[in-house]
Amino acid sequence: MSDLADAAPAGSGWTTAQPGRASIRPRSGSLAGQAVPWLVAAAILAGAPLVLTSGTALTMMSLMGIMIVFALSYNMLLGQTGLLSFGHAVYYGLGAFFTVHAMTVVAQNRLPVPLPVMPLVGGLAGLVFGLAFGAISTRRAGTVFAMISLGIAELVSSGSNILRSFFGGEEGITTNRTKMLRVLDLNFGPQIQVYYLIAAWCLLCALLMYGITRTPLGRLCNAVRENPERVEFLGYEPQSVRIAAFSLSALFAGIAGSLAAINFEIANSAYLGVHQSGVVLLAAFIGGIGHFVGPVVGAVVVTLLQVSLSDLTEIWQLYFGLLFIAIVMFAPGGIAGLALMHGPLLRAGTAHRLVPAYLLALVPFLALTAGLVALIEMAFRLLVKAGEGSAMTLAGLPVDAATPLPWLVTGAMALGGGLALRAVRPRVAAAWDEAAAAAKEARP
Amino acid sequence: MSPPAIALAGLTKSFGPARIINGVDLTVPVGERHAIIGPNGAGKSTLFHLISGRFAPTSGTIRLEGTDITGWKPAAINRAGLARSFQVTNIFPKLTVWENVRCAVLRAMGYRPLFWRSVEALPGVAERTEEILRSIRLGHRASLAAGLLAYAEQRALEIGIAIASDARVILLDEPMAGMSHSESEHATQLIREVTSGRTLLMVEHDMAVVFGLADRISVLVYGRIIATDTPERIRENRAVQEAYLGVAAA
Repeated sequence: MSDLADAAPAGSGWTTAQPGRASIRPRSGSLAGQAVPWLVAAAILAGAPLVLTSGTALTMMSLMGIMIVFALSYNMLLGQTGLLSFGHAVYYGLGAFFTVHAMTVVAQNRLPVPLPVMPLVGGLAGLVFGLAFGAISTRRAGTVFAMISLGIAELVSSGSNILRSFFGGEEGITTNRTKMLRVLDLNFGPQIQVYYLIAAWCLLCALLMYGITRTPLGRLCNAVRENPERVEFLGYEPQSVRIAAFSLSALFAGIAGSLAAINFEIANSAYLGVHQSGVVLLAAFIGGIGHFVGPVVGAVVVTLLQVSLSDLTEIWQLYFGLLFIAIVMFAPGGIAGLALMHGPLLRAGTAHRLVPAYLLALVPFLALTAGLVALIEMAFRLLVKAGEGSAMTLAGLPVDAATPLPWLVTGAMALGGGLALRAVRPRVAAAWDEAAAAAKEARP
Repeated sequence: MSPPAIALAGLTKSFGPARIINGVDLTVPVGERHAIIGPNGAGKSTLFHLISGRFAPTSGTIRLEGTDITGWKPAAINRAGLARSFQVTNIFPKLTVWENVRCAVLRAMGYRPLFWRSVEALPGVAERTEEILRSIRLGHRASLAAGLLAYAEQRALEIGIAIASDARVILLDEPMAGMSHSESEHATQLIREVTSGRTLLMVEHDMAVVFGLADRISVLVYGRIIATDTPERIRENRAVQEAYLGVAAA
């Protein structure tokens, strides 16, 4: 006994702690305080098209809205319930297909159904398939669940190529969103109207999904993620909790698919493919799965990269992959995790002490990134695009990739940047410790 | 007369050729504090796993307040009124202490995994959670992640989660394991308080705790109960001394 006792932390205070009178309940904040972030989000969604007026921006913001719903729904599984799915696009895709069919039926029969309610069709499709596939895949979490999700994704994906009458084969199926019942004289022809439809559904879905995290189900999802066995001994079946989370998550994925179908007026097999499942995983993870807002950040960043990087370089997916690897290795909390880490320091007013160290690290970081990008682009030109010759431009500079000089310069940048980054790392860590310690002192 | 809280009859459990539990008969009346002692490897934890449903017995029956629960799943057994703690701390490390206890309180108050009501708005849940936390003296730790608690505090939380289920029958598997002398004295007092009015079945190695707390003691050796009696008479039992206490006292 005694040797074990010595290993226990000394002076834990448990035996001496006096029961205090003060309330110990976690404060949940005032209703007004909770409403502020949502009002800000609503204002951004409503105001963005007034600031960013270009057609490209409007298209991109529509895609972001769709991706936000999709990534948030994915995080109900991964972040909140601890279920790593490789097949979440199944519910997104099925939501889209059912919506396109429903829209066509409504238009042909002149049914009195307006476009804005069509996402309910996708949500219902997601829910039904989520219940069915969830029931067979949620008995276990971990590897078993991940493998079954991949199997179901392959099954549905290959099924979509066989059932041509429903999925339309390679071309997919199309519809026309302007043929629905008109309400308030909106025909949803112009993209701006579609944007506001997506924005409204995005806000509604985000609110609902946030609400769910605060219900008994949401809290039990966290408990199941942490320790499913213990949950069993508390009288709840972990599988029921997982099925509930899975089908609700599929419901919201279906709504996201519906919004995509409305936006593009088409659904094809790419919607439910493994690639689409991968994109939502990346978006959620890059944004950060540990915070509700993480997938929102991830959806915005990933959509931005998809649209803008693909304009700049043909191999944008490679950079996308590198970003993902960097996040997994160096910032497992994602972008939101990195940002929110600074919250306590900002509140205590010690965050500014980090600025010099961050600036110091920024220079080698930029050198490393620029050097790597140049090396990748030159290698790509020489190995894959040899037919176009070795002369190219990098950041506006004419470069001949067949000569050693650009390789030496960019190689030195990458290597030097990497070494310098490693050298300043202790300085950044020390600055962080100092700022964190000061923040602790500032708050009793 | 009400049926006993726990009644085991002819209980056996084999893992392959190894018979870990070898014909256990045990009756624990309602309201009794009953301790199971025995040397390492006697099968004490396995017996708990059988009663709480983690393992299904190879043969024999388990009755909880007269209901045959043999082969039931852990969640069903919990809902029937039995809660347990674990020898190796088994909590939700990343959830706060408050949330750890609240998970157990939710079920005890009959709430299903709803998704249309805020957990904070459920009547009675916060009050009950607060009450449990104060009784295990972790009120001041409510908003800390459970994984960051000191060891003895985690053990207290382990007990708290078990009692928060409001079960009428509580199984505690070595609640004092790894505690210092003062902590274990403190925990004995705590267990006495929080299990009053309930039936307690516990496994414990610390003899001071066992003799101070238990109304009756069963001695488990090689998967069999060789004696069940009051602490005084167990102490004097020759077979027990030979099998267990003699070794422990040396």
